[in-house]
Amino acid sequence: MRERAEANLKDAEETVKLKVFRYDPEVEGKKDPRFDTFRVPFKKGMTVLDALIFARDHFDSSLTFRHSCRQAICGSDALFVNGRQRLGCKTQMSELEWPVRIEPLPHAEVVKDLVVDMEHFYDQMESVEPYFQTDELPSGEEQKQTRENREKVKMSTRCIWCSACMSSCNIAAGDNEYLGPAAINKAYRFAMDEREGEAMKEHRLNIIEQEHGVWRCQTQFSCTEVCPKDIPLTEHIQELKREAVKSNLKFW
Amino acid sequence: MTLHEHDVIVVGAGGAGLRAAIAAHEEGADVAMVTKLHPVRSHTGAAEGGINAALRDGDDWELHAYDTMKGSDYLGDAPAIETLAQDAPEEVIQLEHWGMPFSREDDGRVSQRPFGGLSFPRTTYAGAETGHHLLHTMYEQVVKRGIQVYDEFYVSELAVTDHDDPEDRECHGVVAYDIKSGEVTGFRATDGVVLATGGDGQVFDHTTNAVANTGDGPAMAYRAGVPVEDMEFVQFHPTTLPSTGVLISEGVRGEGGILYNDEGERFMFEYGYASNAGELASRDVVARAELTEVNNGRGINDEYVHLDMRHLGDERIYDRLENIIHLAEDFEGVNPVEEPMPVKPGQHYHMGGIETNENGQTCIDGLYAAGECACASVHGSNRLGGNALPELIVLGARAGHHAAGKDMEAAQVPTGPSAKSEDETSLETPVSPGEIGVDDDVAADGGAIADPKAVVENAVERERQRIEELLERDGTNHAEIREDLQKAMTENVNVFRNEEGLKKALEVIRECRERYQDVAVADPSRTFNTDLIHTIETRNLIDIAETITLGALAREEFRGAHWRQEHQERKDDEWLKHTMISWNGGSPDLYYKPVILEGENKEYEPKVRSY
Repeated sequence: MRERAEANLKDAEETVKLKVFRYDPEVEGKKDPRFDTFRVPFKKGMTVLDALIFARDHFDSSLTFRHSCRQAICGSDALFVNGRQRLGCKTQMSELEWPVRIEPLPHAEVVKDLVVDMEHFYDQMESVEPYFQTDELPSGEEQKQTRENREKVKMSTRCIWCSACMSSCNIAAGDNEYLGPAAINKAYRFAMDEREGEAMKEHRLNIIEQEHGVWRCQTQFSCTEVCPKDIPLTEHIQELKREAVKSNLKFW
Repeated sequence: MTLHEHDVIVVGAGGAGLRAAIAAHEEGADVAMVTKLHPVRSHTGAAEGGINAALRDGDDWELHAYDTMKGSDYLGDAPAIETLAQDAPEEVIQLEHWGMPFSREDDGRVSQRPFGGLSFPRTTYAGAETGHHLLHTMYEQVVKRGIQVYDEFYVSELAVTDHDDPEDRECHGVVAYDIKSGEVTGFRATDGVVLATGGDGQVFDHTTNAVANTGDGPAMAYRAGVPVEDMEFVQFHPTTLPSTGVLISEGVRGEGGILYNDEGERFMFEYGYASNAGELASRDVVARAELTEVNNGRGINDEYVHLDMRHLGDERIYDRLENIIHLAEDFEGVNPVEEPMPVKPGQHYHMGGIETNENGQTCIDGLYAAGECACASVHGSNRLGGNALPELIVLGARAGHHAAGKDMEAAQVPTGPSAKSEDETSLETPVSPGEIGVDDDVAADGGAIADPKAVVENAVERERQRIEELLERDGTNHAEIREDLQKAMTENVNVFRNEEGLKKALEVIRECRERYQDVAVADPSRTFNTDLIHTIETRNLIDIAETITLGALAREEFRGAHWRQEHQERKDDEWLKHTMISWNGGSPDLYYKPVILEGENKEYEPKVRSY
């Protein structure tokens, strides 16, 4: 592939440099983190992911990063690009300052190169009872839901679990037990869904009101800024705070 | 050696795998999912359009079955198609009961919309992101049930006994490579293994499929002795973005989107490709129409056509197709509210796959398959839009139930080499297919190992040696081989096919196979070695590409998604039969089995398929 790369580079009108974070705990020379530079041919429409794939397939097959769908739905390739959390596949190289610096997501343990350990993120997501719960189901037909209610939860259901928000959150960085924006958004998705009923909503508000829940959020909006699916995460957290207060007042 | 043991092992965690796991769990089985991606990363999430199910007055399963059989160009098996149509409504209601956020009507019921080839608007949807919601909703149910998920474990081989006759073989588990730790691990399944590995679009260079869709399930099952069925039938979706292959949902046309050529003509009508249905004709019809326009000099930049939805108005677009705006902007730099989108056909879905019956069983005892990796066959030679998601949930559930021992009606679709009705005797290939240096004299040793645990342990040992060798030796990198394979397939085995091109493709595939003999993994690491994973995948791609091309060369007719320049008509007298390829110890055997057109209440009569 190196020969093909040379040919590609020669033919290219423009080339771009990537500075990519490298680390492998068991390979000599990579145990100490470093940055490698790759020069790749630039093409209109090229994404950060395209550039990484080119570098891997043509120069260094050990360059490691997660990716799958290439269309911002699998949520595998959240990266720290030029100092900001972004999805590699939906970030155009042309929109960035060159050279482009690519690092693994901050505030997560690096497994290798750009791959971080996602276990903590998954644990937080799964701690909010992230599944639909209701006792009353009509037999043989669907439950009814108003268009307004579906619209209400729509944005919250778009989460692709990329963890960009969690990585951007200062509170989550300082408090490892903080549920984080994505998990709270998941709770919102169910708490606001009228099909679950009032009792379940109470239960869900209790979960997010815990010590490491919504009240930790200091509304810095960093999660909302980096969300690749434009989910208004901070607003959702704020709304849950208001709902929790309302619900607590009811029992006074 | 680490050896995990569960009742049912599900390989892959997209729609079919998740539904199979839930179903097996419903039957009381101890289930584990083994998957190379975390479940929410699966490519089911990219499905946009919807789920066909006869839910409403005026519609019924028989209409759905009829549409599906017609869409299949009479190559689907009636028992499988009718099962799909009968079970789909209940499965869709089940998804709603699990909380899936479907789009809604004013009366609060789930919305349905028209889709290509349907006689009733029965495509149930959740915006233009139906697959995403289906995937997440079912994963939520897996979490709720506490089903164990081994994520980022790459299943690289099946643990199957080595009896001479594949129909005597038994599957006792799988071998998986733990991507994070580098350990080769055995998984023993006491009741069954369900393959749900999804698509194999990476065989082609322009595809809507994810990078992970490398046909691992079909390739492993094929080499273990399960025949693959109708592999030549590959669906090319008519509306993919030219620069990336990203899919633009059929929902755009369902809502009224229009296709134009470079001269601004609405060519689907103007040139009579589909004078009644127009843009909503079956996918194969639209894909061929687009490329015919391009080949006749009426394409835009000699490459694509335009899909215009501006006239639908902002409100309707934002309400029902918002996701399309983001896709067109992010991946093609076009705002579809202001200008038409460039689109061209791209590999999208594989109708062919692992031969199963309507309960998901293969001819190997204990081995099941469901979803895109399988072929039951519900889609025949062409899948209708909106029929993939019901396939995942209906056949996923059935495979999971059966694997866990549920008492079910015996299947009617026959499987295995004993279903053969005819040998292929006249196929001439420029190079021999199959394993390099295979020695016909060495037969399997007749199933000497009977102990299930030993079968798994032996498979683990074989895989460990293979992986060690790939890591230790010096040789060529797989990426160049993969690239050449993909290019040859898109050039020669695409929408339009001819004998010369197909033979050329077989030659390239053979060369790729020869080069793969010297393949090696440059990354020495045991930690998250994606170089190794991709290298193993590339071998699977070679085997799958070969079966697609062999089937395409053998089938001398035009049916559904398979078009041949020398044979531009459907030949029912000769070709109402499934193309089957059996690995046969490395010397592939091509044969046929009949199509079943006899349904529960009626016989489906092949008719001219016009839209």
